[in-house]
Amino acid sequence: MAKKNTSAVETTTQDGGENAIFNKETEGLSQGQIVLRRFVRHRGAMTSLFIIVGLILFVFSALDQKIGPFKIPGWWHYGTEDLPELRSEGCKEGLVGCPTFSLRPKFLGGAGFGLGEHPFGQDDIGRDYFALVMRGAQRSIMVMFVIGIIGGTLGTIIGAISGFYRGWIDAVLMRFTDFIITIPAIIIGSVVGYHFGNLGVGFLAFYLGLFAWTGLSRLVRGEFLTLREREFVDAARVAGASNRRIIFKHILPNAVGVIIVSVTLLMSGAILLETALSYLGFGVVAPDVSLGLLISQYQDSFTTRPWLFWYPGLFIITIALSINFIGDGLRDAFDPRQRRRITKKDRESAKTVKKAGA
Amino acid sequence: MSEQVLKISDFNVDFWVDGVWYPAVIDMNLELNAGKVTAIVGESGSGKSTTALGLMSLLASNARMSGSVQVKQEEMLNANASTLRKFRGREVAYIFQEPMTALNPVYTIGFQIVETLRNHFDMGPTQAHARALELITLVDIPEPEKSINKYPHQLSGGQRQRAMIAQALACDPGLLVADEPTTALDVTVQAEILDLMRGLKDKLNSAILLITHDMGVVADMADEILVMKDGITVEHGTADQIFNNPQHPYTQQLLGAVPKLGSSKKRALPYSESARPAPVLKLTDVTIEYPKRGRIPAFTAVKNFNLEIYPGEIVGLVGESGSGKTTVGRAAIGLLPIKEGTIEIVGKDISHATQKDLSSIRRHTGIVFQDPASSLNPRLPIGESIGEPIYLAGLAKGDALAHMVEDLLDQVELPRSYRNRYPHELSGGQRQRVGIARALALTPDLLIADEPTSALDVSVQARFLDLLQELQEKLKFACLFISHDLAVVDILSHRIAVMQNGLLVEEGDRDSILQKPKNDYTRRLISAVPVPDPAEQRIRREARLAAKK
Repeated sequence: MAKKNTSAVETTTQDGGENAIFNKETEGLSQGQIVLRRFVRHRGAMTSLFIIVGLILFVFSALDQKIGPFKIPGWWHYGTEDLPELRSEGCKEGLVGCPTFSLRPKFLGGAGFGLGEHPFGQDDIGRDYFALVMRGAQRSIMVMFVIGIIGGTLGTIIGAISGFYRGWIDAVLMRFTDFIITIPAIIIGSVVGYHFGNLGVGFLAFYLGLFAWTGLSRLVRGEFLTLREREFVDAARVAGASNRRIIFKHILPNAVGVIIVSVTLLMSGAILLETALSYLGFGVVAPDVSLGLLISQYQDSFTTRPWLFWYPGLFIITIALSINFIGDGLRDAFDPRQRRRITKKDRESAKTVKKAGA
Repeated sequence: MSEQVLKISDFNVDFWVDGVWYPAVIDMNLELNAGKVTAIVGESGSGKSTTALGLMSLLASNARMSGSVQVKQEEMLNANASTLRKFRGREVAYIFQEPMTALNPVYTIGFQIVETLRNHFDMGPTQAHARALELITLVDIPEPEKSINKYPHQLSGGQRQRAMIAQALACDPGLLVADEPTTALDVTVQAEILDLMRGLKDKLNSAILLITHDMGVVADMADEILVMKDGITVEHGTADQIFNNPQHPYTQQLLGAVPKLGSSKKRALPYSESARPAPVLKLTDVTIEYPKRGRIPAFTAVKNFNLEIYPGEIVGLVGESGSGKTTVGRAAIGLLPIKEGTIEIVGKDISHATQKDLSSIRRHTGIVFQDPASSLNPRLPIGESIGEPIYLAGLAKGDALAHMVEDLLDQVELPRSYRNRYPHELSGGQRQRVGIARALALTPDLLIADEPTSALDVSVQARFLDLLQELQEKLKFACLFISHDLAVVDILSHRIAVMQNGLLVEEGDRDSILQKPKNDYTRRLISAVPVPDPAEQRIRREARLAAKK
């Protein structure tokens, strides 16, 4: 009887059955490629990606950069240490150092389209505010990435280990995580800022990163707990794979969606944390500059010289929002259940396919 | 008696995928009268479940339906929401495949039945409770007074399915749509549920639309049969016509692919009884325990289990779910620790082996898992999955490894180009072949196959079993074939072992087990296997009922 069944042909191309219809769009692609395609389709995320990349290039090329002995000149004619004279022409009565940036054309009574000498104005002592904002944005972006990388790595490793080994290792690591979570971020930040703030922004970001991994490690642990029960893990074990190989080669790539998404959200949180700490005076300290510090320094001038407030704020919002949008787009791209909503127009314009056998 | 309950004419369903409508059901016609059972049969993807859900407009938003569906002379297609709500549950009730997911886990079954009742009738709580109790009694759930206050997880699979049926019957529906009602159940439980459905249908005079892929179930229940393939109704006739005189080649193929108990030729043992070679796998007094976790006490899954497997033979291990057969399979390959006894593979004791000891054993063993969707790493191309055991054993690398992988793909009759494909691009049958290729990568002496066909369609299963048999004859490995399906075990194995509640109840060569079972449980198991033959099923059913009385 068994031999006779060969007639019950299972042609290799046709037995896809129900999956064939739904997998149509995924044929011939790896999972990474599918995710990339879905991400590219997400308009908000793609726009944000362009904005953030553009912003980073813009901000970092504006001022002189020193990398070791090399000095890369920036395209902006002022640095943060230059002290040009405070200008008052074109400003309202009694004000100095107002922004020269103008979009109103001359025939409407404006100064014409142009950046002018100090597009963002000047601060109390005459420093160019554009240069200061650029420096501040550089610091904030740097803090964001350092916290993202350190927090992401720590969170992934700790979560992976406790989720994979379970038992007492899990208990110890998770209680440690709980302990870190119970300490308010403000306290950590102020202590870290107080001790390391003067060592430069890199140190500050590094130490903040050491405390930023908790949420991620819990997520990764949960993901590992479910993935380790899947049969492909047993299959790998039977094949003779070591624990390390199982964690890094088999389970981690399957958890990468969760990790990427929450790291981006961690990063947008990091930029706000840095801002908040600097505002409170625990983060970056003068003479270094950061966006939060700028806002805090000029908070009294909000009513009289609001531009000292607007521009750092604008940059904070743009960066945090873009990163959030990217995270959102990534989450959608990694979620297999997410399908595009079908509109009425889609329904009408769709073609009908008759299957070959019909 | 013969009031028309359901009339489907020119029914079409399409699904929207990426700007194109793909047809799922094409020009379906069906009439169903009260007190009758019509079965829709087909393999996965044939559109049978889509039809069932489409009747009451339960499909996802990317579906488009046309044609006409009339329930009791009232048009259901494009009916407004309130009409549909009135008919759902009241006139058309559903029984789904998986009762654990279809019942709400946070409410008692009594509450859920009462809810259905009070949604449709003007009924007080006490009255509804009394009716719910009546229904639970009707579906033979033991201790109805107590069971009414139980949560779904406190009931066994069969009892849960009974609770589902009770809920479905709450409003005396004219039409019962049963979508694979017994697929998730063991054979003995399946037989009971089918008996129950049959009895209730006669008592309440409802019509049943039965959707299944199991020809045995169809033979047991159906008056009329609709065979579907890729959305098209290929054949429609009475049960007699379809089973005894199938016209369409697909129907014939489908019937031919169903494994039949006791129909395969005798397979000689690959060794002589008197001069047995040394066993490949030897389990002596093995006891396996799942240790206690928190308040859940330790659970002994397997007790004093003895089994020997000799080179070149296939031993079938059968039992119902929860009997511990998978546990035995996993322990035999060192994936689970054992509490007592010894396990020897190729003469080496692995009962208390460390990770290091095991790695040398693993060259001699391979395992094929049950669920092809979960047993392949979705992030690895299948070539890498297949090659992993070879790579880790340090046998080959680079080009040599690629060659070996291609040879393995040839062996399991998959195109070599599939090396770079990902699991999600393959069908269930193809994935399972990848599973075999990986298990055979190191040309093991012992292969453990843990229900490898339970997730596959019958025709795919038939092809898979053929392949496994061919490979086994060629490579001469010993195989422990774990399955709940006696008919499948019958095709493959030389010897059969039967398990119940963690104990080995009977063991012997195939023919003696299947034809002269000594144990009561084995006998019950054999008689509960549905046979794709209506006449035969009737005889068996009557015998079963007689035995009960």
